[in-house]
Amino acid sequence: MELTAVLQAYPKEQTYLLEILLKYQASKPTHHLEEDELTAIADHLGLPASHVFSVVSFYSFFSMTPRGRYILQFCRDVPCHISDTFSVRETLETLLGIKTGETTEDGVFTLEYSSCLGACDLAPVLRVNDTLYHHLTVDKIKAILAEIRSGSDA
Amino acid sequence: MLEHKLITKHIGNIDPLSIDDYVGVGGYAMFKKALGMTRLDIHDAFEASKLRGRGGAGFPVAIKLMAMAKETRKPKYVICNADEGEPGNFKDRYLMENNPHQIIEGMLIAAYATGSSHGYLYIRGEYAQSMATMQQAIEAARQAGYLGSNILNSRFDFDLEIRSGAGSYVCGEEFALLESIEGKAGRTRVKPPFPTAKGLFNQPTLINNVETLATFPVIIAMGGEAYAKIGTPTSTGTKLISLSGNVRKKGVYEVPFGVSMRKIIEELGGGVGAGRKIQMIQLGGACGPIIPEYMLDMVIDFERFEEFESKTGAGAIIVIDDRHDMFAILEQVSEFFTHESCGKCTPCREGNVHMRNVLRRFVNKTATEQDLLMLENQARVIHQTSLCGLGQTAPTAIISTLHYFRFDYLNRIEDSMQEVA
Ligand SMILES: Cc1cc2nc3c(=O)[nH]c(=O)nc-3n(C[C@H](O)[C@H](O)[C@H](O)COP(=O)(O)O)c2cc1C
Ligand code: SF4
Ligand code: FES
Repeated sequence: MELTAVLQAYPKEQTYLLEILLKYQASKPTHHLEEDELTAIADHLGLPASHVFSVVSFYSFFSMTPRGRYILQFCRDVPCHISDTFSVRETLETLLGIKTGETTEDGVFTLEYSSCLGACDLAPVLRVNDTLYHHLTVDKIKAILAEIRSGSDA
Repeated sequence: MLEHKLITKHIGNIDPLSIDDYVGVGGYAMFKKALGMTRLDIHDAFEASKLRGRGGAGFPVAIKLMAMAKETRKPKYVICNADEGEPGNFKDRYLMENNPHQIIEGMLIAAYATGSSHGYLYIRGEYAQSMATMQQAIEAARQAGYLGSNILNSRFDFDLEIRSGAGSYVCGEEFALLESIEGKAGRTRVKPPFPTAKGLFNQPTLINNVETLATFPVIIAMGGEAYAKIGTPTSTGTKLISLSGNVRKKGVYEVPFGVSMRKIIEELGGGVGAGRKIQMIQLGGACGPIIPEYMLDMVIDFERFEEFESKTGAGAIIVIDDRHDMFAILEQVSEFFTHESCGKCTPCREGNVHMRNVLRRFVNKTATEQDLLMLENQARVIHQTSLCGLGQTAPTAIISTLHYFRFDYLNRIEDSMQEVA
C-alpha cells in the first residue's frame, strides 16, 4: 500500500501514530520502515521526526531493517518453556539455517523471539504474521514451513 | 461444583459474532436497565458488590467510579485494558473472542455511570483474532443503535474505537497505556494525579481490565448485594483463572473466590501427567511468586495474594512439574523483564540484566555464595526503588524462591564448588 493511502485513512492526529505505523509496516513485504518514510509520517502529523523515531525504536513490533515476508515468532516464556520438550527455537534455527533475529537469504522468513503470545493453554506456540500455530511438534513445524514455502513460490 | 459461571455463562451457547444471539440470552438488557437507574443507584450497586479490579492491582471499582463522577471536566473517557501481556494469562483473549458484546455492554454501563462519551479498547498487537472479533462486534453494536449518539433515545452518546499495542508489555500499565494511545512511547508517568483526574489527553479517564468490565452487566443484572454473597467476604464474586504449564487440561476456568489452588489444578486441570509430581507453581504470571507444592491448599483471594506483595494477581496459575530446573525457569522470567523494561529508571533497566546474569551462573553451576548475596540485594533494591509496577514486581519470583527454595540455592552453590574442584 502507498504511504499516502495509509495516511489518508486516518485523522491527522498524533494519537493515530501507532495505527499508521502498524498498518503501513504490515503492508510492506519487507515488514520494515525506512528513515524517509518516518520523516514523511512526522511531517504529515506535524511532529518532530525525532519523536517518530523514538516511538519506532520503543515498540518491538517495528523494525528499521528489512525482514522476511513471513515473520516467525516463537514464545519462550515460562508456560511455553516448560511445555517445550524438543526446543522450538533449535528446530526452527536448524530447519531455516539461520539464528534468531536473522532473515533467510531468499527473504522469505525472519525468525524472532516474542514475549508470551497469550496462548499458553495451547503451548508451545508460534506466530506467523497474524496466524497462530499451536501444540507444536517437530513435524508440525516442518509442515508449516513447507506450506509457506510452497505458497510463496507460486 | 467448583466452577461458577457468571461472566462466562453464555460462552459456548452463542455465536460470538452474532449480536442477535447475545440479545437472545438477555444481552444489552442490563445496559437498558442501567439507563433506567440513576447514576447514584449504579454507584451504590457497585459499592455493595465490593467488586475489585481484575487486571492485577485489585483496586475497588466503586472508588474509581465515584472519583470519575465528581469530575466535571468534559470529555471523559472509558478505556478497556486488553493488553494482557503477563506471561501465563489468556483469560481476556478468551472473553474477547468468545463473548465480545458483553465487554461492549460493560463499557456502555461504565460510560453511562461516569458520564463518558468516548471509549478505547486497547488490545495488544499480538491479538489479531481478538481485534477482528471485537471490531465486528463494535460495528454490529453501532448498527443496532447501542453505540453512537442519542443511544436508544436516552440522549446518552457513546462511541468506541480499538487501538492496537505494538509489542510492549509495560503498555498494560495504565499510564504507559495512556501514553501509547496518545501516540508516544509507552513510558509511565509519575503519579498522582491518577487517570480519573488527569488521564487520556489530560482528561478524566476510567481504566479497567476486560474481565472487570465484563462483570459490569452481571452486577447490574443481579444487584450488588447478591453479587457480594458469592466468593469470600472480602474478595467477592468470581475470578477467571488461566491455567497453564504441566497440567492435563489447560484453559480458562471461572471459579468463586475462596477455592483452593489444589482443587483448581486437580479437579479442573486434571492434575499433572502420569508419573509426574508438582514441583512448584507460579502464581499470577511472570511478576508473581513461585511457591512450593505444599502451599497449594491456599485459596484464591486478594488478601492471600497481597501477602506475597504480589499485586498483579490477574489469575494465572502456571504448574511446574518435577522435570524442570528452577533456575532455568527463573532465568526465563528474568529474561522477560530484561526485554520488557522500558528503560526509564535505572534500577529496573540495569538491575534486571544483572539479576539475569547471576541466575545464569546458577543455571551453569558456576555460582558462588557471593552471587547469592548479590542476588538478594539486587532483588530488594529493584523491588523498592523502581518507578512502576514492572520493576517493582520483576524480582518477585526470585524473592519468593529465595524464601521457599533456599536449600536449592545452597545446593546449587555446593554443586558449583564441586564442579570447580
Ligand atoms: C507492568 C504492568 C503491566 C500491566 N498490564 C496489565 C494488563 O495487561 N491488563 C490489565 O488489565 N492491567 C494491567 N496492569 C494493571 C493496570 O495498571 C491497571 O491497574 C488496570 O488496568 C486497572 O484495571 P482494573 O482495576 O479493572 O484491574 C499492569 C500493570 C503493570 C504495572
Ligand atoms: S520500573 Fe522498569 S518499566 Fe517501569 S518505568 Fe522503570 S524502567 Fe520503565
Ligand atoms: S508463554 Fe507462550 S504463549 Fe504464553
